[in-house]
This record gives sequence, C-alpha cells and structure tokens, in this order.
Amino acid sequence: MFVELNELLNASPEKPEQGKLTLLRDTKTDGSFLVHHFLSFYLKAGCKVCFVALLQSFSHYNIIAQKLGVSLTAAKERGQLVFLEGLKSCFDVLFGEEQHVGQTNPLRFVSEDGSNLKTMYEFVRTSLMASGSDSWKCPVLLVDDLSVLLSLGVRPVDVLDFIHYCRVAVCSQLKGNIVVLVHSNDDSEDEENELVVNSLCHQSNLILWAEGLATGFCKDVHGQLKIIQKGSSELKAERNLLQIYQYKIQDKNVTFFARGMSAAVL
Amino acid sequence: MAALATGGWTPSDGATSFQRKVPASSRLAAIAGTRPSVRHGQLLLSSGLPSLDCVLGGGLAVGTLLLIEEDKYGIYSNLLFKYFLAEGIVCGHNLFVASAKEDPADILKELPAPLFDDVHKKQVDEKETAIKSKQESQESMKIAWRYQNLPRIEVSPAASARFGHYYDGSKTVSPELLQSTKWHRFFLPEEKSLHPEIKTCNMTCGYTRLLQSIQRIIYQEGFDGSYPQKKQKNILRIGIQSLGSVLWGDDICCADNPEDIYSLTKFLYVLRGLLRMSLSACIITVPAHLIQNKAIMERVTNLSDTVVGLESFIGSERETNPLYKDYQGLIHVHQIPRLNSLICDVSGTKDLAFRLKRKLFTIERLHLPPDLSDTVSRSSKQDLAESTKLLSSGCGAMAIGKKHLDF
Repeated sequence: MFVELNELLNASPEKPEQGKLTLLRDTKTDGSFLVHHFLSFYLKAGCKVCFVALLQSFSHYNIIAQKLGVSLTAAKERGQLVFLEGLKSCFDVLFGEEQHVGQTNPLRFVSEDGSNLKTMYEFVRTSLMASGSDSWKCPVLLVDDLSVLLSLGVRPVDVLDFIHYCRVAVCSQLKGNIVVLVHSNDDSEDEENELVVNSLCHQSNLILWAEGLATGFCKDVHGQLKIIQKGSSELKAERNLLQIYQYKIQDKNVTFFARGMSAAVL
Repeated sequence: MAALATGGWTPSDGATSFQRKVPASSRLAAIAGTRPSVRHGQLLLSSGLPSLDCVLGGGLAVGTLLLIEEDKYGIYSNLLFKYFLAEGIVCGHNLFVASAKEDPADILKELPAPLFDDVHKKQVDEKETAIKSKQESQESMKIAWRYQNLPRIEVSPAASARFGHYYDGSKTVSPELLQSTKWHRFFLPEEKSLHPEIKTCNMTCGYTRLLQSIQRIIYQEGFDGSYPQKKQKNILRIGIQSLGSVLWGDDICCADNPEDIYSLTKFLYVLRGLLRMSLSACIITVPAHLIQNKAIMERVTNLSDTVVGLESFIGSERETNPLYKDYQGLIHVHQIPRLNSLICDVSGTKDLAFRLKRKLFTIERLHLPPDLSDTVSRSSKQDLAESTKLLSSGCGAMAIGKKHLDF
C-alpha cells in the first residue's frame, strides 16, 4: 500500500471503512497500481479478500505485492485471500475434462451462450461468507477489470446486475467493501463500456480516476489522480469532494504531489 | 608463404583474449535466444529487429502477445511478421505459423536470411578463414608493426549466441537452416477439409480451430512444463497472420454492424491464458484500418500486451512531404505491458519512424530535417508546421491542449 495515498484518502489499515463501493477508473493510462494498493491495504488491515483477477496471472500480483510488503501465497494459505485466476479458469472451461469442470466454475459463461454471471456471484458469496473459525475483519471483493467481462460477451445489463447482487451481499449484508477497476475514455466509441462506467460512478462512494496528462507523455509525472468522495448524506445534498493530484510511479512506491509541484520542476 | 601452403602449420585456437569462457553448466540452464530482463527478471525474446527491441524496453517478454496493427497495404507489417519468425529460426526456437491466406510453408520459404550467417559453417572452415585472415593481417602490417604480435580481435559477432540479429531483406533463408527448425503449421482452408467436425465454442469456428491447434501443440510438445524430464527447454514462437480479416470467417472488417463482435476478443482472452502458462510468445497482425467499429480495437488493445501500430506513407499525401523524405512510415507504440512491476521501460521518444533501406529495416526517432532554404518562404514553413501538429505526442493522444500547461 502506498502511504501517501492513505494520507490523501484519510484511510488507515487499523480501521478500514465498511460498506463502501470504490470505483477505480483509468483513462489513457494504466490504473492497475491502484489495484495493487488496495490489495495490499486490505490484506494488511486483516480483512478477508476475494480477488477476481481476470487479466493477469497470480505470479504477477504476487511479485508486486511482495515489493509492497505482503505475501499473497502466505495469505492464501492462511485463508485470508481467495484468488480467482480468470485466465486459468477460462482455460479449464474450454480445454479441461468435462467431469473436472463441473457446474461451479465461475467462468462457465464463456463456453455457454453467455451472459450469465450467476456462478461468479455464487463463487464470490461463498468465499466471503464468514465461517465460524475466521477472525478476519470485514470482507472485501476486489475485481481487476470489469471491462474484460464486456469483451467476453457479457451484456452490460448483466454486469450491472452482478455488481448490484455483490453490493447487496457484500456491502449491506456482510458489511464489507467492494473495489472495482474499469477502463474508460472520454472519446471512446465503446458505448457499452461507457454505460457501465457511468452507472458505477453514480453508485460508488469513492472514485479514484487516474488519467494521463492532457499535454502528453512526461517522464517525471506519470499521470493525474482525481479523488471524488461522494457526500455522505444524501438528504442534506452535500457536495462531492474533489481533489486532484499528480503522481509518479516508482519501483516500490507511488509519490503524490499537488499539480505543478513535481520534484523535477521545483 | 610456402610454409602455409604445405599446411604444416598447426592451427591455434581461434579464441582471442576477449572471449570469456562461460562455464558449461550455466549454458545448459539458459534457453537459447533469450535473456533476462533487468527490470522484472522476466525472460525476454528478440522481436527480430534490434531497434524495435530497444523501443519495447529490451525485447518481447516470454508469455506475452505482440499485436501489430497493419498498415494500409500490409507490406511492412508482413515484414515485421517475417523478422519475428526468422529470429526464431536463427535462435533455434520452435515455430507455429498460422494463416488463412498463405500456405505457411510458402511464408517460411520467404523469410529473410540473417546477415551474419555462420551458424552452419563447419568448425574447420571457421578456423581456416580465421587463420588465413590472421596471416594476411600479419603480412600487411608494415606500418603498424608494433601491433604485429597482439592477438587478432574478432570483428564478426559470434553466431546465434547473440541477442537480436540483422536480416538481409534481399536474400531468403537457406533451406538447410529451415530444415533444422521444428515448426508446426495451421492453414485454415486445409484444416476445414481435414477436420470438418469440431466442438463448438460460441466463437467463429476459424478461431476455435486455431485455439485448439495451439493448445494441442503446447500440450504435446511440453511447452507448458507438462514433461519435466525434457532436458532442454525451448520457446514456441507463434505467428498469426491477419487475424480478424474476412478469411478467418469474421466479418468485423467488412460490416459496419458485425454479427458477432465478441469472437476476436474472446479468442485473444483465451490465447492470453495459453501464453501465460507456457514458454511461448506470439505475434499477431490485425488489419485495424479495416475495422469500422473502433470499440473492438479498444477492447483488443486492452487484451493485448504490446501493441504497435504501423502507418505507411504509401498513397498518402505524406509521401511527398519534405518532412518525411527519408522515411517510409511512422510507428506508434500504443501500449507496453507492465509485467511483475508497477512501471515499465517506456522509451522517452514517442515520434518514431521506420525506413527500409536496401537491406535493413530500422526504426529511428523522427527528427525534422534542417531548414536549409535560402529564403524563408512562408508556404513551406506552414506545411511543415501542419505536419508537425499531426505527430502524436505520447499517451496515444493528440496534443489538443497545446495552450494548456499542466505545470
């Protein structure tokens, strides 16, 4: 986890918030560093994490998490982390033996005519359901890259249904958190993706939007992060809190600074 | 001279003092033609073009996909495709060539020959030429006679132990080199006749067949580690030509509202899974300029690791533009993967152009030619200014906010 980001968000691993939906958005740049931040943050906070990793392999996340001070293999062994490796599950569905696949593979929708994310929802619910011997704090669902589901033939309505069901189960019933990463683009022609992203923007409590700089590539400033915190009370119609910072990604850390205050410029 | 002719001269070992003796054990462990990356320890392969390797941060990582968006007539993307396969032949990797329009055997016959082709020279020949050149140099040192007794430095590089080779576009690869390579083929028209029945997968059937074929080869040849007793590991280089074109049975290139827009993206997702779990790397050329639905290309870019777009000047007004007179086209690097690390080795230059000289294909930084005109003519300066505005400025976005300074 990045210490500076924790300060900006006013979050600490000792007392993580509950019942929140956080949306990670990236435009013209790669926002996956935010996913690594939240993964190590919640593991350090002692929460039970269900990570749906659709785009990369387990070893990729493991190596980066080790740089951030968390071991994913150890977390898996002690039951704190449930890791769904999308690439491997998809391979099992298409090329695996029939009897091994069974009915419970979460990516079953790839081979069927598909748009049914029900098995994936069941998987999430059973993995985050508190069992008696667990002593973990609030459960967390982390999804790396919801936009991939649209590429696999799932309709946007079904993606939104899946998120809704997960919110009911994880946020309100189990008092946990959900963190979701999506890609978006201002001038994108992918209407289905924009529909999902806009809908999630309205539903989420916190939006972290990583954008590439409008003026182009820069070696010292890799992008700009917009933090939008929704007003806590809807009755009083509080305004959203908007903060903008620029960041630079290093090997083990990400530094955040106010716009124009990059170390290279000062 | 007479002593040489009788051959009574015992040949000394051709090694000079500059060659390091590598212990045998480490040579067995490393796979030929690869080197570990400094940043993330991943094995890197050469893409066939040393200048492209520099742009991509050292090379193409094993287990990743290189997607090339074809230029308008597919000429230069075909060249890159061939260089990738030729590099595999020179390094001794296994090849898998898939195409729907050309027979893979014909593709392989037309691969360019490596420029320093001493892989198949016999040991004796090599030593003989080295000796002869030594003798000649000893004869000719009349002025620099102080250097007479120093050992001769080898100028030509050692054969395939090097990473990245140069290829001669005018010659084709020798048949002996081809025969020593193990390669697999997938030609769509012939697959349809050989195996008419396949398990349906809700994808265009050309893609399904290709996936099954790739998975079968990876499993049978043990690239996914399923035969641990195999002594020497090797890399499988997969090359797929013109994926997404009509010949594969997909209509995304010819229809405004294609029937099934998910086939190509599903294929890429499953292929990504196959690549990640095996010792292989893949190059795919896609006719992106024919795909009307830009949403598909955005999704394809997200599902690929490295994406490079080629834009050739043939037929466009840039062909006669003085700004581009030395180059044949532009190269846009749309995406470089971040593997096992938060950052990637992205090069600082975003304006890259390629040129094809008589033998060599190189990628260089695009620079403006000097303004050597005697009189400052307004019209020519404006032309140049217009062209420079069209250059992309990183992040794949045009510099729309020219007056907008972030800092």
